[in-house]
Amino acid sequence: MQRFTSALFLLGLGLLITAIFQHMDFTGTLPIAGDAINAAAAQQTGAANFVTAVVLGYRGFDTLLELTILFTAATAGGLVLGKPRAGAKHDPQAGFILRAGADLFFPLLLVVGLYIIVHGHLTPGGGFQGGVILAVAFFLPLLARPGTPMSHKAVSLIEGLAGASFILIGLLAMFGGEAFLTPMLDKGQPGELLSAGSLPLLYIAVGLKVGSELAGLLAHMAATEASDA
Amino acid sequence: MMDTGLILHTGAFGLIVIGIAGIVLSSHLIRIIFGIALLEAGANLLLLLATWHEGTSAPIIVDGHIPAVMADPVPQALVLTAIVIGVGILALALSLALRIQQAWGTLDIREIRQRMEEEIADTAGVDLPSSPHAPKPFPPVAAKQEGRS
Repeated sequence: MQRFTSALFLLGLGLLITAIFQHMDFTGTLPIAGDAINAAAAQQTGAANFVTAVVLGYRGFDTLLELTILFTAATAGGLVLGKPRAGAKHDPQAGFILRAGADLFFPLLLVVGLYIIVHGHLTPGGGFQGGVILAVAFFLPLLARPGTPMSHKAVSLIEGLAGASFILIGLLAMFGGEAFLTPMLDKGQPGELLSAGSLPLLYIAVGLKVGSELAGLLAHMAATEASDA
Repeated sequence: MMDTGLILHTGAFGLIVIGIAGIVLSSHLIRIIFGIALLEAGANLLLLLATWHEGTSAPIIVDGHIPAVMADPVPQALVLTAIVIGVGILALALSLALRIQQAWGTLDIREIRQRMEEEIADTAGVDLPSSPHAPKPFPPVAAKQEGRS
C-alpha cells in the first residue's frame, strides 16, 4: 500500500516537472547582480577570482554563518557518536598498498590543499575546497592504521583559533569605521599572490577551520565504527 | 545537435526525481541518505543553470586578461555554500545511521519503526499501538463540538 502511494506521488511529481519544463526558457534569465559584480569586483576587492570576491567580500557575513552551520553539524555528529569506549577493539591494520599510499600521499595532499587555500583569490578553489583536501590528508593515515590516536585537543584548538581569527578580521574592519567584514588592507594588482587585501587571510582561516572540523568528524566516525564491530 | 541547455536542465530535474524516488521508495536508511545526496546535486545544478548562458567563461581574470562574457558569480558562490552545508547534513545523517545500526543491528526503516514503537511502549509501560489494549489517543475526540457547529 505504501509502495503504491509512493509511486503515485512520484508520478504526480513527474507530471508537475514536465509541465514546468514545457514553459521553461533554457537559456537562463538575464543576470542582474552578476554583471554589475563582474564589472566592479576587480577594482573593489582586488581578487582575480570573482566567486571568491562574492563569497568573502560581498557576502562575507553569510560565509561566517555557513561556517557556523558546519560547526553545528560537526558538533552534533560528535555528540551523536559519543566517545569510543576505553580499550575498545579497532580494525586491524590495512594492507600494504593503503599503508604505503597513505604515507606517499600525505605530503602531496598537504601541499595541494595549502596551495588551493592560498591561491583561492586567483584560481578556482579556495578555503572550502582546500580544507577538504587537508582533512583527507589527515584522515588517510587513520584509515591505513586504525587505532592511531588523533589529538582531538589540537584539532579543536586549530578550529577555534581559525574561527576566532575570521571574526577578529571582521571586527578589525569595524575599528576602521567600516561595516563588519569589509575587505581592507592593500588591494594590490589583481592576479598577484599578495593581492585582494584581507580576503586571502579570511580564506586561510576558512580552510583551516573546514579542514580541522572535517578531520575531527571523520576520525570520530572511524573510531566509533570500530568500537562495536 | 540537441540544445545544450535542454540536456543540462533534463539532467538537473532527472537527478531531483531520482533523489526523491530514492527517498520515497527505498526502505534502507543508507539508500535514503544517498537519495538526499542526489537530490542535493540536482538542486545545485538547477541553481547554477538559473543564470546559465551558452559560451560564458568562468568569472576569473587569467594573466590580466578579462574574458568578454563571464558567468554570473552569485549562483556559483551560493552553490559553494550549499555544497558545504550538504556535507554537514550528510555527515550528521550518517552518524545517526551508524548509531542506529549499532543499537539495533538493522538499517531497514520498517524494522527501526517497529523497534522504536516497542521501546517507547516499554518505557512508558503501556501496550503497543497495534494491540487492542493500547491507550487511547489523548485528548479524547470531542463529539459535542461537532454537534454544536
